[in-house]
Amino acid sequence: MANSVIDQSTLISLEKVERWYGAFHALKAIDLSVRKGEKIVLCGPSGSGKSTLIRCINALETIQDGSITVEGQLLDGSSKAVDAIRREVGMVFQSFNLFPHMTVLQNCALAPMRVRGTSRADAEKLARKYLERVRILDQAEKYPAQLSGGQQQRVAIARALCMEPKVMLFDEPTSALDPEMVKEVLDTMISLARDGMTMICVTHEMGFARQVADRVIFMASGEIIEEAEPEIFFKSPKHERTKTFLGEILAHH
Amino acid sequence: MNYKFDFGAVFERAPELLWATLGTFGLAFAGMALALLIGILGVIARTSHNKIARAPVIAFVEIVRNTPFLVQIFYIYFALPLMGIRLNPTATAIIALGINGGAYAIEIIRGGVESISKGQVEAGYALGLHKADVFRLIVLKPALRAIYPSLTSQFIMLTLTTSVCTSIAAYELTSAAQRIESDTFRSFEVYFSVTGIYLVISSVMMGIFALISRRYFSYPAR
Ligand SMILES: Nc1ncnc2c1ncn2[C@@H]1O[C@H](COP(=O)(O)OP(=O)(O)OP(=O)(O)O)[C@@H](O)[C@H]1O
Ligand SMILES: [Mg+2]
Repeated sequence: MANSVIDQSTLISLEKVERWYGAFHALKAIDLSVRKGEKIVLCGPSGSGKSTLIRCINALETIQDGSITVEGQLLDGSSKAVDAIRREVGMVFQSFNLFPHMTVLQNCALAPMRVRGTSRADAEKLARKYLERVRILDQAEKYPAQLSGGQQQRVAIARALCMEPKVMLFDEPTSALDPEMVKEVLDTMISLARDGMTMICVTHEMGFARQVADRVIFMASGEIIEEAEPEIFFKSPKHERTKTFLGEILAHH
Repeated sequence: MNYKFDFGAVFERAPELLWATLGTFGLAFAGMALALLIGILGVIARTSHNKIARAPVIAFVEIVRNTPFLVQIFYIYFALPLMGIRLNPTATAIIALGINGGAYAIEIIRGGVESISKGQVEAGYALGLHKADVFRLIVLKPALRAIYPSLTSQFIMLTLTTSVCTSIAAYELTSAAQRIESDTFRSFEVYFSVTGIYLVISSVMMGIFALISRRYFSYPAR
């Protein structure tokens, strides 16, 4: 798993990543390498460190040891590296986090304008393109509070796409949604996957994992316990903790 | 009671009262603008991770909020000249009002900033925005909206506090009232009228605040 020699197609590489919260060891020697176009589903019990792991990739969390490289850029703690990496990495949150005082269009156009220096006209063109992409262009002039949860999450996806990232991180994007809205968001993610986007998704939607994941990674207590192709992962998990977890998840769904 | 009410003297001096009313509005608006500026800059420093930036703001807020406004204005008017800073009454009044209102505004706005979810801020960072943009473009407006009622009632207070600026003979309504009263001895009529004018001033302020709110904070709530 540890990939000291980064080949051409490696987009993200984590080596021996360590994260503590005080005395609490949240990430333990995490090794992970993600190829261009690869779709990874990350699952595991609550508190296992899934969010912490993906938040380290775009520097929302800092790491105390090990290294993270995105597109050849090492996250060395400099603000230049943070900027460079955040330009390539999009993120979608469980709670949408749309800006309530901006219309859908403004939400999407903001970062291209402020971060990439795109003109307003071009940023809005870009925004319309990606709102169309998530099939919500007709709501462009509305405010987030006027949309359903599923619509808000699709806008959040479009907003991240407007930065034209090389990889998208999803942190339980459907967990805050009413059941009837889960599908529209998953469908959007599936279509994004079909278009070749590199994705790391923290989710317990096992149907989604089966359909799009190249690899499913199971975490517990801050460690990667097991990883495999979905077929193998679901049919013949090796570790006892994975079996227990899958049993619980499948009983719920 | 055989006191004869006579508003004639007040009517005669109406233009003076009108001009003084404008003076009050001027002090109030300038004081508010300064208070808002101090409030926003203060909150940036107050919420920074840098202890050296936080400490003076905390001290400033505590000192201002725990001393009388009258003393503050005297301090600026009489003590600063000893340090070579000489200001006219109007400038002194605006600075005193701004500083006093600013200290309260810092605490009020800070409450608003803290009400903004961490998720909003992180979404901004994840999109690649820098700290200053996150504050200015993402946090500030929803934060101001959240505390708008408390901030505006603080600003009404500030408007009424302009009357204390009489003490350094600033150009405003209460000074004019005192002048007219000592010329005419019509205490009741003068202060009755001035009370009415202050009520009008407050109402106008509240009207303006409502308009601003409708213009800037009208986006639908969650
Ligand atoms: N800021 C923090 N301070 C202290 N402990 C933290 C902090 N953030 C996370 N933790 C701890 O780190 C552990 C991992 O948290 P994390 O959010 O990554 O888990 P998760 O796998 O995403 O869980 P969930 O499924 O509930 O979202 C948890 O035990 C959590 O309590
Ligand atoms: Mg989580």
